[in-house]
Amino acid sequence: MTTTTPMGHGRMLRKEDRRFVRGRGRYVDDLQLPGMLHLAVLRSPVAHARIVSIDTLAAEAHPKVKAVVTGAMLAERGLAWMPTLSGDRQAVLATDKVRFQGQEVAFVVAEDRYSARDALELIDVEYDLLEPVVDVRRALDPDAALIRDDVPGKTDNHCFDWETGDAAAAEAVFARAEVVVRQELVFPRVHPAPMETCGAVADYDRIEEKLTLWSTTQAPHAHRTLLSMFAGIPEHRIRVVSPDIGGGFGNKVPVYPGYVHAIVGSIMTGRPVKWTEDRTENLVASGFARDYVMQGEIAATREGRILAVRSHVLADHGAFNGTAAPRKFPGGFFGVFTGSYDIEAAYCSMTAVHTNKAPGGVAYACSFRIAEAVYLVERLVDMLAAELDRDPVSLRMQNFIRPDQFPYTSRTGWVYDSGDYPRAMELALQIAGYDELRAEQAERRARGAGEPLMGIGVSFFTEAVGAGPRKDMDMLGLGMADGCELRVHPTGSAVVRISVQTQGQGHETTFAQLIAEELGLHPDDVDVVHGDTDSTPYGLGTYGSRSTPVSGAAAVLAARRVRDKAQLIAAGMLEVAPDDLEWSTAQGGGRFDVRGVPGSGVTIQEVAMRAHGAGDLPDGVEGGLDAQISYNPDNLTYPFGAYICVVDIDPGTAVVTVRRFIAVDDCGTRINEMIVEGQIHGGLTDGIGMALMEFIGFDEHGNCLGGSLMDYLIPTALEVPDWETGTTVTPAPDHPIGAKGVGESATVGSPPAVVNAVIDALAPYGVRHADMPLTPSRVWEAMQGRAAPPF
Amino acid sequence: MQVPAPVEYARAISVEHAIGLLGRLGEEARLIAGGHSLLPMMKLRLANPEYLVDINDLHAELGYIEVGPTEVRLGAMTRHRELLESDPLAAVCPIFRDAERVIADPPVRNRGTLGGALCQADPSEDLSSVCTALDASCVIQGADGVRVVPMDDFHRGPYETAVGHAEILTEVRIPIRPGGSSAYAKVDRRAGDWAVVAAGAALWLDEHATIADARVGLAAVGPHTTHLPEVSRALRGREPSEAAWELAGGIAASACRPVTDSRGSADYKRHLAGELTRRTLRTAWERARERGGASWR
Ligand SMILES: Cc1cc2nc3c(=O)[nH]c(=O)nc-3n(C[C@H](O)[C@H](O)[C@H](O)COP(=O)(O)OP(=O)(O)OC[C@H]3O[C@@H](n4cnc5c(N)ncnc54)[C@H](O)[C@@H]3O)c2cc1C
Repeated sequence: MTTTTPMGHGRMLRKEDRRFVRGRGRYVDDLQLPGMLHLAVLRSPVAHARIVSIDTLAAEAHPKVKAVVTGAMLAERGLAWMPTLSGDRQAVLATDKVRFQGQEVAFVVAEDRYSARDALELIDVEYDLLEPVVDVRRALDPDAALIRDDVPGKTDNHCFDWETGDAAAAEAVFARAEVVVRQELVFPRVHPAPMETCGAVADYDRIEEKLTLWSTTQAPHAHRTLLSMFAGIPEHRIRVVSPDIGGGFGNKVPVYPGYVHAIVGSIMTGRPVKWTEDRTENLVASGFARDYVMQGEIAATREGRILAVRSHVLADHGAFNGTAAPRKFPGGFFGVFTGSYDIEAAYCSMTAVHTNKAPGGVAYACSFRIAEAVYLVERLVDMLAAELDRDPVSLRMQNFIRPDQFPYTSRTGWVYDSGDYPRAMELALQIAGYDELRAEQAERRARGAGEPLMGIGVSFFTEAVGAGPRKDMDMLGLGMADGCELRVHPTGSAVVRISVQTQGQGHETTFAQLIAEELGLHPDDVDVVHGDTDSTPYGLGTYGSRSTPVSGAAAVLAARRVRDKAQLIAAGMLEVAPDDLEWSTAQGGGRFDVRGVPGSGVTIQEVAMRAHGAGDLPDGVEGGLDAQISYNPDNLTYPFGAYICVVDIDPGTAVVTVRRFIAVDDCGTRINEMIVEGQIHGGLTDGIGMALMEFIGFDEHGNCLGGSLMDYLIPTALEVPDWETGTTVTPAPDHPIGAKGVGESATVGSPPAVVNAVIDALAPYGVRHADMPLTPSRVWEAMQGRAAPPF
Repeated sequence: MQVPAPVEYARAISVEHAIGLLGRLGEEARLIAGGHSLLPMMKLRLANPEYLVDINDLHAELGYIEVGPTEVRLGAMTRHRELLESDPLAAVCPIFRDAERVIADPPVRNRGTLGGALCQADPSEDLSSVCTALDASCVIQGADGVRVVPMDDFHRGPYETAVGHAEILTEVRIPIRPGGSSAYAKVDRRAGDWAVVAAGAALWLDEHATIADARVGLAAVGPHTTHLPEVSRALRGREPSEAAWELAGGIAASACRPVTDSRGSADYKRHLAGELTRRTLRTAWERARERGGASWR
């Protein structure tokens, strides 16, 4: 049942907003437990140093302090190091060395958060400073300081190598290509910066030997498994609860040392312990994103036929490899860097290195590195258009994968499920009034001096989301499937329990709508339970735009199982064969009627009562009306979109203003269009932030220069235009309702549109490329012919 | 959550009371006005005063905007928002509204004060360049009485002013001379951000519509905001013209001392100092012409 129209109750208001708009959301930091203690973390002020000594006596003597813990104490319990999601290890507290500024060195548990914070100043740490490795390009120099001397036999800062595509085939195409364009493209380090920082409350019950951990996690089940394996607490004695989450964007996928500190603190004191990161801690020490230096090359014929794309990526993974990506994909899904184009050959090699910077590289709404991949190919295509003196739209149109080529296997092995790229592009052009915009630009350029520099930027992206098929994808051995349990109560309302966790995406509404649509219920009659490992089925959580593609499919299939059973019961009630019944949801009420006799049958509520009631059920049918499922997707889903950005640059100050932004998104069937648009609006704002201002920089000593929201800028309503969105619907063939993920589409697709627009505006100055963030100063430097990477 | 170190707190009920408290509590006591500069530093534990003397109750006494025929008097507790919204102030000193529109955000403007801004003496602070351009003076009160310090002597260095311990800035006085107007322009990386560079200009025309006097104050291009006397000297007696603004911009660009940081390169800031000087002088002149009536057109 695949549809191109929105589902019933399409734009209904979000059910969760009833509590959010009243200030009744319940976040981890709102939790108050009797006897709860507070934890604060002492962090390294320097990027690289040997720890000579730690003196905790004065802190321990503080009257309100209950415990002071150092790495040495954790080492005695075998807890000083923990595994990361990429199979590396990370210090829970530093024992030997500190390896990035902000690294956890000790923690204090005290009666209140003020005393905990005050006591940090009473801890005396002596550091022996080491040379920091800050410049990613110098990390593999023979004389670079060795960061990971904790790993036996390690002699350099190499993290991993990875490649995809066919090097020889690509080389052959490049060798004979008429036109080759090359450019180094830097996607700088940025930070997800969720409004709610990370935190946890750990409560270890010594009698029951059970740990309850409320934490800011996007993946409660995966965290439970990891904590069990690492801390040695049996998995059935751990309950992870992820209550309301104030934004994740990938920042809340990793297991952070702070969670472990809270657990250790609770085990040691026998009392609940709360840890809440402050803003600086979140920006300086938690999972960053991007940080790729990409050497890109594109080969084409003089007529504009794109033949091949090739890249070498230097990836900065920080001190520990904390990237969250399926195990076989250390470079995430960067392999989709061939974009939306039908080409002959592609090859990418990647070298990842360690530096004295915070670990992570996790996400920020990038769909496992697709943001980087799309940026690479969309900048290269624009540069090719400039080289060939072609309009960037017509060049893209010429090279798109055609609608009749789907399913399309890319040169790097990705099977694009469905698409109609020209249709989305046409719609974007039409909304934008593309030809008039180009005419206006030509006019302004002709008028010359004093006019704002107008730029029009285009990008077209294809995403690969909904990880993923268990034959290819796992995280630390855990298959990326998701579970769903659905129970219909006797009176016909229902509860659905899902394994993914909302951080603002509106799951409580979307999943209710999915079930309601399948069972002919009202969404208000469907309660969505999520975020608590004790009351939800196993699954890997929400990131990489996987909730609707994976968990959403699970919910639909569970509902269809319930409906199949309901049909058997209804047949018994009506004394007809199940095949003689017809299902309908006219006026939103689900019912089975005898085929051809409307009104003859029973409603879903009547069936539910019978399922739990006293009357007879057909032979072989158990009582109750519920179903459980674990869904393993056959393929990823491939949403796509066409974006057009119009900017004006003040030639005197080089300030960039985004005048218009047109976004046409195709994410297959839309469940709640308002929620989809909200995801797109947020992602576009992210994209403008990354393109124009967001940047985690470091000085030569490895000091993080983005440690507050006065230094790490995120855009406000004043920096973004009124979004102009458009929709095409190309259903996903492998998803039960044809839906594709959309949570990251706009974040992935928008940065190249903005950068392409800025470079287009600067064409009269002969600028070919400038790296993000395009702050006024960096744009002005580009206008002077001095564009430089953001280091 | 970022929390300051333990601190003791007292509320002053009058200017004399505040001065007395400061004298009694010693060097480790600090005044707190809007708190939008001091509290962030305390939360980061960059400032660790032992005592805070809260002067918000003095808003009734020190929060005022008096526009007289020859002078504007602004109480030190006047909030950013009050400066932004005052029509009488905008009529004689439009530079205030220009600047307040781009200072911080509404929550900060609701609390932050003129006195706090000037006494913080952050080199990127906007109102200091506004007051410098307007040739303002600061009224400082201590146990021994009141002194009046011109803006040029008020700033002693970054985060350092002429206000001594146990003293309080009570008022800012701005002379109103005929034929004048003013303007402010700022480049920031994002709304609410501190200036990459900002410039304030004030300009006075004589009866022949030539420039009687002009003053420019720049923010974020040196250790503290300073008046550029070279610009004033170059413009006095000159005809208003693009060439005059060019000349002034060139002087501003070479006289300032910017450094490269995450807001921008020194070269760019130097360029902006020139560009914004030209723009603000041009706008101030256009406004002065409009106010002066037909004879100046
Ligand atoms: C997010 C944010 C953005 C900002 N953006 C800008 C900006 O773009 N441009 C800009 O110019 N400013 C900006 N500011 C600073 C803001 O304008 C402050 O409010 C102002 O600088 C200080 O005023 P306050 O009343 O809050 O001072 P407080 O923080 O209360 O005090 C600052 C200092 O002045 C002293 N002090 C205060 N009043 C007196 C007095 N009457 N006599 C003697 N000493 C006194 C205090 O002891 C303290 O040392 C920003 C602030 C924030 C938080």
